[in-house]
Amino acid sequence: MGSLANIAVRYAPLLIVLVGWEIIATAGPLSNQLLPDVMSVLSALWDLILDGEIIRHGLRSLSRAAIGFGLAVLVGSAAGLLMASFRPVRLLVNPVVQIFYPMPKSALIPVMMIWFGLGDMSKIVLIFIGCLLPVIVSSYNGARGVNPFFLWSARSLGASPAATLLQVTLPAAMPELLSGIRTALAFAFILMVSSEFVIAKDGFGYLISQLGDGGAYASMFAVILVVAAFGFIADRLYGSFVRHQLRWREP
Amino acid sequence: MSTARPIPHENADPSAVGIEIRDVSHHYGGRNGQGGVTALDHINLDIRPNEFHALLGPSGCGKSTLLYLIGGFIPVQSGVIETARGPVTGPHPERGIVFQNFALFPWKTVLQNTLYGLEKLGLPKKEREEKARHFIDLVHLSGFENAFPSQLSGGMQQRAAIARTLAVDPEILLMDEPFGALDAQTRRVMQEELRSIWQRTRKTVVFVTHDVQEAVFLADRISIMSARPGRIQHVIDVGFNREHGDDVVKKPEFVEMGEHIWGLVRDQAVAATRSAH
Repeated sequence: MGSLANIAVRYAPLLIVLVGWEIIATAGPLSNQLLPDVMSVLSALWDLILDGEIIRHGLRSLSRAAIGFGLAVLVGSAAGLLMASFRPVRLLVNPVVQIFYPMPKSALIPVMMIWFGLGDMSKIVLIFIGCLLPVIVSSYNGARGVNPFFLWSARSLGASPAATLLQVTLPAAMPELLSGIRTALAFAFILMVSSEFVIAKDGFGYLISQLGDGGAYASMFAVILVVAAFGFIADRLYGSFVRHQLRWREP
Repeated sequence: MSTARPIPHENADPSAVGIEIRDVSHHYGGRNGQGGVTALDHINLDIRPNEFHALLGPSGCGKSTLLYLIGGFIPVQSGVIETARGPVTGPHPERGIVFQNFALFPWKTVLQNTLYGLEKLGLPKKEREEKARHFIDLVHLSGFENAFPSQLSGGMQQRAAIARTLAVDPEILLMDEPFGALDAQTRRVMQEELRSIWQRTRKTVVFVTHDVQEAVFLADRISIMSARPGRIQHVIDVGFNREHGDDVVKKPEFVEMGEHIWGLVRDQAVAATRSAH
């Protein structure tokens, strides 16, 4: 089980990174020019928490990411299931998905600004589009790979086609779908910050670029650390959610 | 060209319908009737109500295709399949199925799998639970209600699949080489238990197998199918006294019947192995 000692061992490399950081920051000819030292970053973080700045900007960012990501999970899962089940939907949607999947979604940031302005909508739509594609693709692949004997069993047990789709195809697609959603989760964080660099009046990305422009490097690094921590925690929480959802796979 | 014999009609009750298969042919692949493979060639067969009927033949003879057509899982291309409900047009809980690879829903426990069809029937919750537990008990899986299929052996998974299918009380039970994936000992135990369950429930069973012994042990009648294109070559009445239960395999009639049927199957089996080259 995950005892404290185990956790300490697993994250020991992070400690090494921290020590390396401190050495690079304080020793040598470039001391405190490229990298502020650990203590000044931590005290900058404490100041940002005390004056509420990081919480205010953080809530703006995370709410945008949550809405865009959440909508993408709902719409993408449904779209993938429908593509796998109905040929006309597949013929209509598949080429669009294939063209847009490899495209870097950050290329759409200027377009979003023109269409939706500087407010929340431009960020939410961008995050939605970026997250949507991996969810659609994984839902479609998972649903297409469903064992036909599961479907036949359900139908002969009296399930309607709609019930079969929701109660058999969807859970059968779940392992693949959940891993696609994990990719989408990472995209949500990436697009959240990068869109706020370019078009925003608040949010983590805005805060990072403002602090950087103003030369407040310690504070800037503090915000970067917070964003990284949120990304890490979200991924861990999601990982344990997936393990719980897929516990039926463990022998 | 066809050597299929006319099938005798000997139903004691002419109004009772098991399954009527009339002139059913099936092709895979090809376009507009050209090319492709003829899996079934003008099949005519009456499955009597409450009989245990085995479809016996070499691999690739179309016996599973015929079973899936009866199940309504693949559309009938030509001919008619009729049950007491009328022509088969799609899957229906009247016809339950058990597959070789169990096809249990792996994300559901044994109990949840067994409950699935009962939920579709719209039974009250308490009654569903009781029924599910009854059938889990019938297949000797009590104590494993909350196990996931991945936690069970092959034999136990197949017991669970049988419980799930029996729970909705289908009139017809379709079985597609259900014990083919099991080891020899487990297979033997399952055969004995299936026979005893059948004696208690008296479903109309269509049992697909390529195992002569299994067919003779389980079935009242055996349809022997030819290799591609699949045709019914013979319909054999096994009809010996089964009052002796499991000892039946030691009786000379059983051995003789096995030899007799093997003689009929052998040519088809040889043809099937040669056509594969």
